[in-house]
Amino acid sequence: MDPVFLAIQLLNGIQQGLLLFLIASGLTLIFGVMGVINLAHGAFYMLGAYAAFSLTEMTGDLLLAILLGIPLALALGWVFERVFFRWLYEREHLEQVLLTYGLILIIDESRSVIWGNDPHGVPVPDWLDFSIPLTETLSYPVYRLAVSVVCLALAGAMAYVLGRTRLGMRIRAGEADRETVAALGVDIGTLYAVLFAAGIGLAAFGGMLAAPIESVFPGMGEQVLIISFVVVVIGGIGSVKGAFLAALAIGLVDVFGQVFLPQFASVVVYGLMAAVLIWRPAGLFGRG
Amino acid sequence: MRLISHPAVLLTLTAVLLACASVPFWGGTYELKVATRILCFALFVLSIDLLIGFGGMVTFGQAAFFGLGAYALFFLSPEYEAGSILVAGLGAMALGALAALLTGLVVVRTKGVYFIMVTLAFAQMGFALFHDTDIANGSDGAFVFVKPALTVAGVTLIDFESRTDLHFTVLAVVVIALAKLVVLIRSPFGEALQGVKTDDRRMRALGYNPYLIRLAAFTMAGALAGLAGFLFASIDGYVSPELLGWQLSGQGIVMAVLGGLGSLGGAVFGAASLVLLEEVLKDQSLVGGFIAEHWHIPLGLIIVGIVLAFRGGIAGALSRLGGTLGGMGGGRP
Repeated sequence: MDPVFLAIQLLNGIQQGLLLFLIASGLTLIFGVMGVINLAHGAFYMLGAYAAFSLTEMTGDLLLAILLGIPLALALGWVFERVFFRWLYEREHLEQVLLTYGLILIIDESRSVIWGNDPHGVPVPDWLDFSIPLTETLSYPVYRLAVSVVCLALAGAMAYVLGRTRLGMRIRAGEADRETVAALGVDIGTLYAVLFAAGIGLAAFGGMLAAPIESVFPGMGEQVLIISFVVVVIGGIGSVKGAFLAALAIGLVDVFGQVFLPQFASVVVYGLMAAVLIWRPAGLFGRG
Repeated sequence: MRLISHPAVLLTLTAVLLACASVPFWGGTYELKVATRILCFALFVLSIDLLIGFGGMVTFGQAAFFGLGAYALFFLSPEYEAGSILVAGLGAMALGALAALLTGLVVVRTKGVYFIMVTLAFAQMGFALFHDTDIANGSDGAFVFVKPALTVAGVTLIDFESRTDLHFTVLAVVVIALAKLVVLIRSPFGEALQGVKTDDRRMRALGYNPYLIRLAAFTMAGALAGLAGFLFASIDGYVSPELLGWQLSGQGIVMAVLGGLGSLGGAVFGAASLVLLEEVLKDQSLVGGFIAEHWHIPLGLIIVGIVLAFRGGIAGALSRLGGTLGGMGGGRP
């Protein structure tokens, strides 16, 4: 096979993996720190993509849409944490599954009321809408490169915040021992709300970045949710580093699976998960 | 906690099953189809209750085995003549059990939230297998033109072409499954399963193998879900990948919790309540056009409300009504 073609697929796999990391890192942080399994995570990804669609139509540029959309997503995450999720921290996983399943139904049907059920395309901003020619017939779109760069920058920022700042220290401490951190005077309620809003913000931002690549359609949330679960399970629940490596692996396996085994690409992804689980039942970087 | 032996639960269960049995005598096609659907879902929910209520395994992928059972009807039915109920039914159970055994080898090694995510992911793999490939028409689904029958020595005893035959068969299967599960739960195996749910480590110290116990329960639940899917597909003679989808797994959990986990009888209440609730929410003349079109919104709100307000499900409420359990949350794991 043509090496340039394979190189393009490699870049696509990395880009897809990095985007997946954004979404899965929110999921794994919310679980790792707050112990909440959030099935509605994919629904927020979908809302992000639809918001990007509408805001791009209004403002005429995806960048403006994203700048407007991020505060909206953070606010939405904050509200959902205060209204629904804060009741779930001490509850069983089963109740978390049920409540967030109910939220999926509500969010998805509200999407149908507001935007209808047709898929929509979202235009790439003009200043990013060109491709780098590689050979006479093959070229690589700059937008995808830009997405990869943005995701990498965010991953770096996340590693810095979690590892080097006071907020990150509190988050890691809250993960290890909630009661002690609260007793030391940290406002754990606000900390959780901030973290939850950030997690939702990451999912929605992922949706906004993906909108021009994947287009915007009703089932997009569930697709991403399930593949994010695979990432989180492979990486080890709560581990951001694990999520990063697993997301890249899944992105590459998925892209190359679609090249070599088009009908069975998704089966290959789940096969990878099964193999990792047989080897390490708690994932690559999981505890317990 | 065996809520099925509680008098109020047993009485209500008998009443609901008798009501289902009476539908063919007064109802039309619509009522009969709804009643048969309730009973098929009750079987499906029993398989979920076995796992969550008694085994402590919160599965979010049970629909995969339900859907496989449905596809067994398609695979085992000849195109232009009636297949055999026995062959297709047993085939559906075998397929469900085999798939559950194979995925179970990996899945039951995991616990807690991993278990939820991994069961969901494997179920989605099954969905993708039927949705993305050409097996049985892929995402379009496939029709079974002639429904199966049970023929002994040239005499047709049961014919699923007749809605009444199908309905009474499903009812009988539900009663048998309930009885078998009560026996199973009270058997040494059932005690061990509940022991593994409560304290895995202590059971290992006592010489049990929790992995094998969980795997056995997972396989049995797969067989039961497969049987439920086969009967469900016999209602309309139509199978599609959606029967393996995560939405159905979610619905099953809602039914199980609504009815009350770990009570067996709750499976029937939960299935009946959710199916009837859906029919009401989808009925334009009752709720208006907007809600009937977007009935997922009130359904979602009800589910969220149940989690935040209402514990122990219907079986729990009934047993509290009887007064013996006091104010404690009966039926919760």
